Amino acid sequence: MISANLLAVFYLISGILFILALRGLSSPETSRQGNLFGIVGMAIAIIVTIISVGNFSTGFLYLIILLLIGGSIGAFIAFKIPMTAMPELVAGFHSLVGLAAVFVAISAFLNPEVFNLGSPGNIKIASLIEMSLGASIGAITFTGSIIAFLKLRGIMSGSPITFSGQHLLNLILGISLVGLIFFLCKTQSNNLFWTVVVISFLVGILIIIPIGGADMPVVISMLNSYSGWAAAGIGFTLENTALIITGALVGSSGAILSYIMCKGMNRSFFNVILGGWGATDQSSSKDSKEQKPVKSGNADDAAFLMKNASSVIIVPGYGMAVAQAQHALREMVDALKKNGVKVSYAIHPVAGRMPGHMNVLLAEANVPYDEVFELEEINNDFANCDVAYVIGANDVTNPIAKTDPQSPIYGMPILDVEKSKSVLFVKRSLSPGYAGIDNDLFYRDNTLMLFADAKKMTEDISKLL
Amino acid sequence: MEIDPFIFRLSIFILSIFIGYYVVWSVTPSLHTPLMSVTNAISSVIIVGAIIAALAGENSNVFDTANIFGYLAIILAAVNIFGGFLVTQRMLAMYKKKKKDKK
Repeated sequence: MISANLLAVFYLISGILFILALRGLSSPETSRQGNLFGIVGMAIAIIVTIISVGNFSTGFLYLIILLLIGGSIGAFIAFKIPMTAMPELVAGFHSLVGLAAVFVAISAFLNPEVFNLGSPGNIKIASLIEMSLGASIGAITFTGSIIAFLKLRGIMSGSPITFSGQHLLNLILGISLVGLIFFLCKTQSNNLFWTVVVISFLVGILIIIPIGGADMPVVISMLNSYSGWAAAGIGFTLENTALIITGALVGSSGAILSYIMCKGMNRSFFNVILGGWGATDQSSSKDSKEQKPVKSGNADDAAFLMKNASSVIIVPGYGMAVAQAQHALREMVDALKKNGVKVSYAIHPVAGRMPGHMNVLLAEANVPYDEVFELEEINNDFANCDVAYVIGANDVTNPIAKTDPQSPIYGMPILDVEKSKSVLFVKRSLSPGYAGIDNDLFYRDNTLMLFADAKKMTEDISKLL
Repeated sequence: MEIDPFIFRLSIFILSIFIGYYVVWSVTPSLHTPLMSVTNAISSVIIVGAIIAALAGENSNVFDTANIFGYLAIILAAVNIFGGFLVTQRMLAMYKKKKKDKK
């Protein structure tokens, strides 16, 4: 057995270790050590909890078995998952945290004595509010993440699903959730508690379906944040410092990431959440196409240009992930470096489907992280660069964001690709990107379109180098 | 006059939000994906609630409904803890500097 005070100290220690785990991520060198701190913190929290419960009978045996089962599943997924599938993996994991929060809240509601919260039908009001908030946010996280997972995995179409009265419905459901929680506190009714959970599941689905594929970085960060708040809600219910600290950390982390992603698109959070960007603009831009001349080239042209360049900047985007072209790209860059070309990578904050998506893929392909730069760090270098190689990115390079106030992406920070002497743009066709607008860059004199699959084109070029 | 323990927890919560705010802003953007996977792993500390739910109420019957939900939550959180930390580890191991440190 372990005294309540000592237990609280141990939970505080694991909370601090979690803070250090995040702190470690400030640079790649310290990050691995940080992860270790996180693991130790988790181990401490689990072990002291088991000791404090002090039940080593059959239940303990089940606990160990379940830990092993869950742990092996988790480990198996962690080792097998390809890096390109990281966004859906993270979405999937968020859904598990959400559901676990719901389950713990249900358990606390059904059996409050265990957690010293009163007796069934007579739970402390504060605890009831905390657990229903935890359950509700957890449920929203669960179904929301499932939808995000399905969209990212391509099982469900990435295009926004909208219907009339959608926002009104969400509003009504949101208000009714608040009302239900209020009445739940008054009546302590089981049915009301279950209704709160079910409505929250529904809300989770409804708020994510209208959000399109390329807005997924915001959605994933937002769900990350929710899973934190759900954990914090449960932490208040269980009066557990480790959970409260962790919930706050994760919640603010997700919120900051959502903010960075929104800023990367120059859109407000509500604009993203209320959905449907591409849906409205697609029609307007299509008519002007086909009229403007486009220069297109092949791998020979591209190889010639890059071989004779002194500096090349690579601009990867989601298309690189789809084509799994990161390894081919690294090989091409190696060949370029052998020719004495200086190569760096430029990453837009919202490139890919989750924050830092491109960085992970490049790291997987053994690209040293000190050759990879963020938008602010590298944007001025385009003016002095000979060739910009755009692979799988589109909207984030569109100069129209700087010039046309009518454009939906006006004001979005973009990579100044057009300032480089020549632009090689690898793309399957001239079709507009996610925002549904034509990219001005296609028609520039210094742009050479390479119409091909990103991976194939990159491989062809490296053969010629 | 006594202060409600809730206020203490609230203080911890709010101060932790501030810590989170400053710590996360100092995370380098290239590590944002590992940041998400590790925050995901640590939020599975909710497993402590699951363990209490599963084990502490076990006086009469192991398979009381409340306990079953506890056990289910343990599995989910375990998947997350192992999966989250290991996948983070795997990602972080890939971040290398220029040629100097060869594998």
